Amino acid sequence: MESQLAEIAQHTGGVIGNAWLMIAFPLVGAFILLVFNRFTNRWGHLLGVAMSLASFVVAVLAFVELLGFGPEERRRAVHLYEFIPGMVDMGLLIDPLSISFALLITGVGSLIHIYSIGYMSHDEHRRRFFSYLNLFVAAMLLLVLADNYVGLFIGWEGVGLASYLLIGFWQFKPSAATAAKKAFVVNRVGDFGLLVGMFVIWTTFGTLTFKGLGEQIAPGTQNGTMLAIGLLLLLGACGKSAQLPLQSWLLDAMEGPTPVSALIHAATMVTAGVYLVVRSGAFFFPEGSGAALAVAIVGAVTLLAGAIIGCAKDDIKKGLAGSTMSQIGYMMLGAGLGPAGYAFAIGHLITHGFFKADMFLGAGSVMHGMNDEVDMRKYGALRKVMPITFVTFFIGYLAIIGFPLLSGYFTKDGIIETAVHHQPILGWLAVLGAGITGFYMSRMIFMTFFGEKRWADDAHPHESPLVMTVPLMILSLGSIFLGGYLILSNRLLDWLTPAVGAPAERPEFHFTSVPGLATLALVAVGAIIAWMKYGRVPVPAVQPRGSFLTTFARRDLYGDALNESLFMRPGQWLTRLAVFFDNRGIDGVVNGLAAGIGGSSGRLRRIQTGFARTYALSILIGAALLTGALLFVGNI
Amino acid sequence: MSPWLPILMAVPVVGAIVVALLPKGSDKLAKQVTLLVSLLVLVLTGVMAAGFDPSGDRFQFVAEYNWIPSFGVKFGVGVDGVALVLIALSVVLVPLVVLASWHDADGVKTADGTLITPKRSVKTYFALLLVLETMMIGVFAATDIFLFYVFFEAMLIPMYFMIGSYGGAQRSYAAVKFLLYSLFGGLLMLVAVIGLYVVAGKQTFMFPELVGAIQDPTMQKWLFGGFFIAFAIKAPLWPVHTWLPDAAAQAPAGAAVLLVGVLDKVGTFGMLRFCLELFPDAAKAFTMPIVVLAVISIVYGAIVAIGQTDMKRLIAYTSISHFGFIVLGVFAMSSVAQSGAALYMVNHGFATGALFLAAGFLIARRGSPYIGDYGGVQKVAPVLAGFFLIAGLAGLSLPGLSSFVSEFMVMIGTYSSQAHGSGALTVAAIISAVAVILAAVYILWMVQRTMNGPTAEPVKAFKDLSAREVWVLAPLVALIIGFGFFPKPLLDVINPSVQQTLTNVQVPTSTIAEGTGQ
Amino acid sequence: MTTHYLVLSGLLFAIGAMGVLIRRNAIVVFMCVELMLNACNLAFVTFSRQVGNLEGQIIAFFVMVVAAAEVVVGLAIIVTIFRTRRSASVDDANLLKY
Repeated sequence: MESQLAEIAQHTGGVIGNAWLMIAFPLVGAFILLVFNRFTNRWGHLLGVAMSLASFVVAVLAFVELLGFGPEERRRAVHLYEFIPGMVDMGLLIDPLSISFALLITGVGSLIHIYSIGYMSHDEHRRRFFSYLNLFVAAMLLLVLADNYVGLFIGWEGVGLASYLLIGFWQFKPSAATAAKKAFVVNRVGDFGLLVGMFVIWTTFGTLTFKGLGEQIAPGTQNGTMLAIGLLLLLGACGKSAQLPLQSWLLDAMEGPTPVSALIHAATMVTAGVYLVVRSGAFFFPEGSGAALAVAIVGAVTLLAGAIIGCAKDDIKKGLAGSTMSQIGYMMLGAGLGPAGYAFAIGHLITHGFFKADMFLGAGSVMHGMNDEVDMRKYGALRKVMPITFVTFFIGYLAIIGFPLLSGYFTKDGIIETAVHHQPILGWLAVLGAGITGFYMSRMIFMTFFGEKRWADDAHPHESPLVMTVPLMILSLGSIFLGGYLILSNRLLDWLTPAVGAPAERPEFHFTSVPGLATLALVAVGAIIAWMKYGRVPVPAVQPRGSFLTTFARRDLYGDALNESLFMRPGQWLTRLAVFFDNRGIDGVVNGLAAGIGGSSGRLRRIQTGFARTYALSILIGAALLTGALLFVGNI
Repeated sequence: MSPWLPILMAVPVVGAIVVALLPKGSDKLAKQVTLLVSLLVLVLTGVMAAGFDPSGDRFQFVAEYNWIPSFGVKFGVGVDGVALVLIALSVVLVPLVVLASWHDADGVKTADGTLITPKRSVKTYFALLLVLETMMIGVFAATDIFLFYVFFEAMLIPMYFMIGSYGGAQRSYAAVKFLLYSLFGGLLMLVAVIGLYVVAGKQTFMFPELVGAIQDPTMQKWLFGGFFIAFAIKAPLWPVHTWLPDAAAQAPAGAAVLLVGVLDKVGTFGMLRFCLELFPDAAKAFTMPIVVLAVISIVYGAIVAIGQTDMKRLIAYTSISHFGFIVLGVFAMSSVAQSGAALYMVNHGFATGALFLAAGFLIARRGSPYIGDYGGVQKVAPVLAGFFLIAGLAGLSLPGLSSFVSEFMVMIGTYSSQAHGSGALTVAAIISAVAVILAAVYILWMVQRTMNGPTAEPVKAFKDLSAREVWVLAPLVALIIGFGFFPKPLLDVINPSVQQTLTNVQVPTSTIAEGTGQ
Repeated sequence: MTTHYLVLSGLLFAIGAMGVLIRRNAIVVFMCVELMLNACNLAFVTFSRQVGNLEGQIIAFFVMVVAAAEVVVGLAIIVTIFRTRRSASVDDANLLKY
């Protein structure tokens, strides 16, 4: 049984009534930095950080104000202005779900802004970088705060744009430019789903606001239309969250500067798909529906695929990207389980935001010290020269593999247990995925921080400045404690219930459940295998050939090859064919017609011989014919 | 009787005469006078538009003078919401085009001094521009169908000369192709206009009096055909589109903006006002074939655009795709889709205008329209690259930019339209949504090849945008972003007249149905 | 009576037309044209007499005026052509063609 969501109440005044400031601050920041471009070079980064922090302050104040309401009154809609008259108004929805996201985005976002001051300090376009970051924060906030699908979609594409700009930030590198374009185009495939989903929603219900849908859809409604909408929205979510089959762009997206990978491609933007599913959950993904099952299956398959890819990558960022895919797969799996899984999915999303950002920034710190080297085979023994980076990274590592009592332990175990309970097959797949996580994350730790030095000759690794390490410390604190705080005694569940609905039975966290223990065992096995292969024996400096499975994982499960042969090549042929048809076919007919008329008139004009007497003869004949015709007609 | 529209139409003509009569050698003065006149028209239009009452009569600022009394031809002008926004679009674009074309007739030189286009008469170019402005205002303002026809055809003349003597290497081919295509359509329309006059038997060409005048369904179909083919060529709709890429590629960038941004809109505007309202039964009978053509245009234009190597041709093909959306919206027979289509006409003018102008600035620096001749422009000219990107994003209908609102409304209105019941329009909407993906491919491919990557050798000498060029693009970008988030001012003006159109389309049918029922 | 005049007019016209068609000399062609015009004049006057009003005669005067004007312009052209090309043959003046 689904429970009714809390009513959405109109709200004016107070911080919540002015929540648009949250979006406005970074937007203004991006605007100033872009328009007054080089005049802001000197202090542009500070403005960027200030705007992000201002937004965070507003989010915190709104959060506090929201806490002042009773649980059933915590869904506040703020009307902004009439957007498309007769169709949709622009408005914000401040509820536990959206404010949780807003806190994550502005909080982690601000930390990454601060970190970027140090990371990008040598880049001559740092100011532009901060303007894009601000643009991203504004768009992401619009995505999660909008009270309707159109506003969500604007934010959705806005983050896509920011992601495009930031992946291609070093656009002079062809690989970066290509990766940026690929990310945008693949995302557009997902957007197609979201767009058509909106068409169906509008046609069926005549509204695009969450409030309107809440009033029209009885909880647990299932029919063909709802299933179609659910699957279309899932397609959109797959694009944004790099879930199969639209996963291929995420690994290439690592071409962007590392803070971008941390903020956009790990902590926030890629989780937008999860947000979409959870936000629409009560409408289109009710517990036990086909659409929800599809979400869970996509999540389970992706969590395995991402983990397998992560096992074979030597590029530290790509390894982390595979891991991100995999972790979002967990969230999707949780989101496909109905209200029972929502709290864990969102909880994992938040803790993942912390520990993954922590590790990405840690990786960035390593790269910063190693002349932007990303190949882990050229790392090794860095724990001594980069102690702070090592400790924070290690905490993130423990969190992600689910080391007991750290953040990831609570949230991931929650998802796994709920999954085993509701969808046993998918649940056990998730357990297996956790084991693989244990392997590839340990592999990363051993290759980077332990073992022999395998540095390039000109590498002089050093610890990063405080402006970079302090955000790391804060993030690792979150990686330690946040999960337990949110999950134990169901704090997050109760907080989210008004916005996403309550599960049929209240989950209890068991420290000694069968799936939980199995997970821990598998993780330990994975870590030990990693130690035997990468910790105990020296890591070869050149990538060994590896088995069929390794190649399979190295080539991203042949996702790109598949896309290439299924879409790109036929697409190129189609394009060439169309251009040929247009130039030779349609235009050929037109030009042929013109040439035909020109040719025949060229022949016809030969009659003009220039001999006046010939003309006179033709005049005579013409006159005679005319007279004859007149006589003939007159005689009838 | 309101003097507004005749004044608006008179000012550019007077300006054109002044510019043409300036003494030899006063090229700079000619440019300044043109700019001033076009700005004056913009201000006047702004003042006039402020007095437009969306909830008032359909046609406002009406003025009628007898012209050829023996045939009942009047010089009748007046604007409804759609016409008003299109006139506004025209008068906004003209000063920007003047500014953008500042050196187009001076003989365009590249950075290394090679001449691309030779020196031509500056005065003539700008006088033609002003004449064209009058015609553009006139064609949207005409309420007399004969007057509309006259402007519809007369508009070709200044544009023919602007392409034919100020264009690129193949300008005469392109200009003649453009002229012949348009004349062919225009003649069919002339036949239909005369037929309408004779069959209606009302001794007038005034549009409001002719609405509902033709009741015979067969006659409606013939006359509809005459009008529609003319408008389809103008729009242009697949398969009569091939003149546009040639004309747009050969025309100077400013003329291309007016050609694609405004002149082509006359086609879709004509479909919305004349085809639908004068011949509602025929419009309904032909909806399905036209929707099919529109969907083909959308997808086909996008696919062919991907395969182009010439920037201006690429943009022209994207426009064919976008015009497919507008036609789809017009014939989807739902108020959302039609409002979206009308809004699309305006937004497309801004978006494609910006893209053409940015591409024009790029081409003026290198002398080649071929995408492959560029690379890494962002590094040497970041402002140019930024404007190019925003214009391109408007071309791919990025949400938050104005073209998204209109494209969204067209698609969602088509999807939800009940006009054909059976779901054919639903399928059309879904297929057209595929263009969302294709649009990303063609725009980003062009951006990547021109702006990103290592800087090509000839590109290294590029200067970034001058202040003049920034002043051309910045207003357009501001409008694109502004209407992307606040489309309401435009929609409030458009919606009532679209409602009126839909009423006119449906009312006659229902009376006929009742008539036969009794 | 009328018939005789008309037959004469037709004969004159036919002779003129034949002359235009078969003679090469521009002057002769020109004279033949005049002959055709005068054949027409004869027909006009004849009909005028038969019908009993003056319109036909007035037209005849117009034709004469036109013919005179034609002679002025035409002869001038022929003379000019003769001066430049040393020939008055109409077949030699065939530059104005496709």
